Amino acid sequence: MSKFLKIFAPAGAGAASVLTLAYVLADQFVVDLPAPLRDAVAVQPAQAQDSAPAAEPTPVAEAPVVQVAAFTEASVPSNPGGYGLGREAHPAEIAAWDIDVRPDGQGLPAGEGDVWTGEEVFVEKCAVCHGDFGEAVGRWPVLAGGWNTLEDADPVKTIGSYWPYLSTVYDYVNRAMPFGYAQSLEPDEIYAITAYLLYLNNLVEDDFVLNNENFTEVRLPNEDNFYLDDRLETEFPVFVRPEICMENCKETVEITMRATVLDVTPEEDGTEEAAALAVEEASVAEELPVAEESTETEEAAAAPTAEVAVAAVDPALVEKGEGVFRKCSACHQVGEGATNRSGPQLNGLMGRTIGGVDGFRYSGVFADAQAAGEVWNHENLSAFLADPRGAMSGTKMTFRGLGSQDDIDAVIAYLTSVGGDL
Amino acid sequence: MDMKFKGTKPSRRAFLSGALAAGGAAASAGVVKAQEAVITEKQPWSQYLGEGVDAFPYGSPSKHEAHVVRRSVEWLTADPISSVNFTPLHELDGIITPNGLCFERHHGGIAEVEPADHRIMINGLVDKPLVFTMQDLMRYPRENHVYFLECAANSGMEWAGAQLNGCQFTHGMIHNVMYTGVPLRLLLEEAGVKTNGKWIMVEGADASGMNRSIPMEKALDDCLVAFKMNGEALRPEQGYPVRLVVPGWEGNVWIKWLRRIEVGDQPWHAREETSKYTDLFENGQARRFTWEMDAKSVITNPSPQAPLTHGKGWTVLTGVAWSGRGTIPRVDVTLDGGKNWHQARMSGPSMNKSMHRFYYEFEWDGTPLLLQSRAHDSTGYVQPTKNELRAIRGENSIYHNNGIQTWYVNEQGIAENVEIS
Repeated sequence: MSKFLKIFAPAGAGAASVLTLAYVLADQFVVDLPAPLRDAVAVQPAQAQDSAPAAEPTPVAEAPVVQVAAFTEASVPSNPGGYGLGREAHPAEIAAWDIDVRPDGQGLPAGEGDVWTGEEVFVEKCAVCHGDFGEAVGRWPVLAGGWNTLEDADPVKTIGSYWPYLSTVYDYVNRAMPFGYAQSLEPDEIYAITAYLLYLNNLVEDDFVLNNENFTEVRLPNEDNFYLDDRLETEFPVFVRPEICMENCKETVEITMRATVLDVTPEEDGTEEAAALAVEEASVAEELPVAEESTETEEAAAAPTAEVAVAAVDPALVEKGEGVFRKCSACHQVGEGATNRSGPQLNGLMGRTIGGVDGFRYSGVFADAQAAGEVWNHENLSAFLADPRGAMSGTKMTFRGLGSQDDIDAVIAYLTSVGGDL
Repeated sequence: MDMKFKGTKPSRRAFLSGALAAGGAAASAGVVKAQEAVITEKQPWSQYLGEGVDAFPYGSPSKHEAHVVRRSVEWLTADPISSVNFTPLHELDGIITPNGLCFERHHGGIAEVEPADHRIMINGLVDKPLVFTMQDLMRYPRENHVYFLECAANSGMEWAGAQLNGCQFTHGMIHNVMYTGVPLRLLLEEAGVKTNGKWIMVEGADASGMNRSIPMEKALDDCLVAFKMNGEALRPEQGYPVRLVVPGWEGNVWIKWLRRIEVGDQPWHAREETSKYTDLFENGQARRFTWEMDAKSVITNPSPQAPLTHGKGWTVLTGVAWSGRGTIPRVDVTLDGGKNWHQARMSGPSMNKSMHRFYYEFEWDGTPLLLQSRAHDSTGYVQPTKNELRAIRGENSIYHNNGIQTWYVNEQGIAENVEIS
């Protein structure tokens, strides 16, 4: 580093010449620049000379010299013949991990599935998040429909409207779905789900059977509407700016949009805020006189104490539990209007018969508990939440468990507070 | 949905801080205030002994910094497991992001991997498919580089206009870390890439099996298989025990919990490079493989979460800038919404594809400010305005929003995310 500083600092009479040297050096020292980057860098020397005179004088004109030093850090050389490290992979190991599927069909396992089987599997394993018809629940991805919306203000990007290749559906479902129980589906199930998704997108008839032989014959309608990154051709000519205005660049400036109008920024959850919120709501605006401040703060400080006095459970613990429950809410609902999802609704859970919600298909271990008349209490729920599969061997719940007893206590407090009424 | 939209009518905290500005102004104007008890009275920390060594075998920040944390925006995602949180840029200085504050983006939660059980496999178009243990990896020559990692969706919520009030939320899907790792090139050379091997697919060991395609040219250039960040082991949420580092490229490609590298003759078109991380234009067509992160900057102080609390007088404006195509030799800032610009003072090391720190010190006269910063990278590219980007891309491309950010600072010093003409 110091070597280059010594050599080039004196030569750097102006920022422009130093910059130019910097990029010449950069080009020499960076090994195997990818072509697009090399092109981009090649633009620079002339650019640096052009732009620097326009720049204001600055007390840190030597800053670019530092980057010369940074660029000189060469990568470690290759060792002819390698380092002899690692071992050869066994074919069975490669087979176990090499699960990817490409648009040309490489990687597709033998198998097949039809639309109606696909519907059954989909409703059982996917619909809880994606809806029975791929329309999506909540903010989970929409999988079907959305045709001809890509040019709209709110495009709906689905397999049928946006995805370019069917292989991506197989590859992704196989590697990542169902969410929370990845790589649990058999090839025939994935072919069937994929066939059903094609059907939902009006791309095949209901008697369609998808298999590894006909897979690559299916083309998705939006395949041709993707093109390679062209920023270097379309945007660089506009945004590489040898000269840029520094003074009197516009006559007027107006605010055209304000984030506060939307009001969607999360509030900081510090205790002072939490306390203040109770009295804040509509009243605090920036024009509020400073004089009112002290009164408000006192009221705010008093508020939580009052709540503690009347509430049966610690409100702070309940609030914490509500946060912890986010981990559960993908599968479980609680509170008014709660229904069964991929997990049963949790209203009135404490004291409820284990496995006792009507209309939910429980695993055997829960059915056994129900038959035995067992009920949920703090102790057994706590054990279940700490290690679901350990406490209830055979449970369908794919959650890994809560690591902290504090979190368990909090979420139980929350469930007790919010779902008390059946 | 059960969501909390707690307002940013400049938040309560910002308001309180702003209100203090009145008192602060008096002080800076040289008015003699009452003597301060913190000086005239003995303080306990000056009299009584503190904790000895080993009270905190792994140290933590001061309890007074407890508010300096990653934060999330609940309504952004369907659940907290496949989700994202944001680096508190407004609380940081210099260029290095502390490990515990590096934003998180997971697609299947944090994989808890036992390092002794972790393997990296190279297969596909190679002379010899290989399996490496972590111990094998540690026996290769290592390199150290500081690189920024920015999510392609950073600022993606701002395409349609000013939405989130705080640089943590508008720009916090970025961190800048020194990585220690083995050049990916050495591992590929060990396996022997066949002549028709033009692409690699990298894959994670997590429950999303995250996979992306990378052209061989980049794989052999500057990618690292990294196991340390800022000197210590990778944090679990950053891919412990090993992740891929793809300098200058969108964060999604930097596969965490890296377990497999397959060599092929064409790209895979994985879900994360077709359905996601493609940039949809107004005409219904979409760019794919938009890997490089273009030059970008943001003023971190003042900003909505970091108002000017001291009133009139000297203040420090600061921010960060970066480019996936090189260094940042220059940043301009404006106080008046772009009528007049000033060259900021760059400070700290300037490294290729690393974050850069800039400062602009000025005397605030107490009148409202419209703050912007504009990065110039080493290719000559100058950060565009949001409207210039929209003119080319429309408002639905989600990713790669590197437009100029505007903060409005009012007379009280409260800052707000706005857009201007």
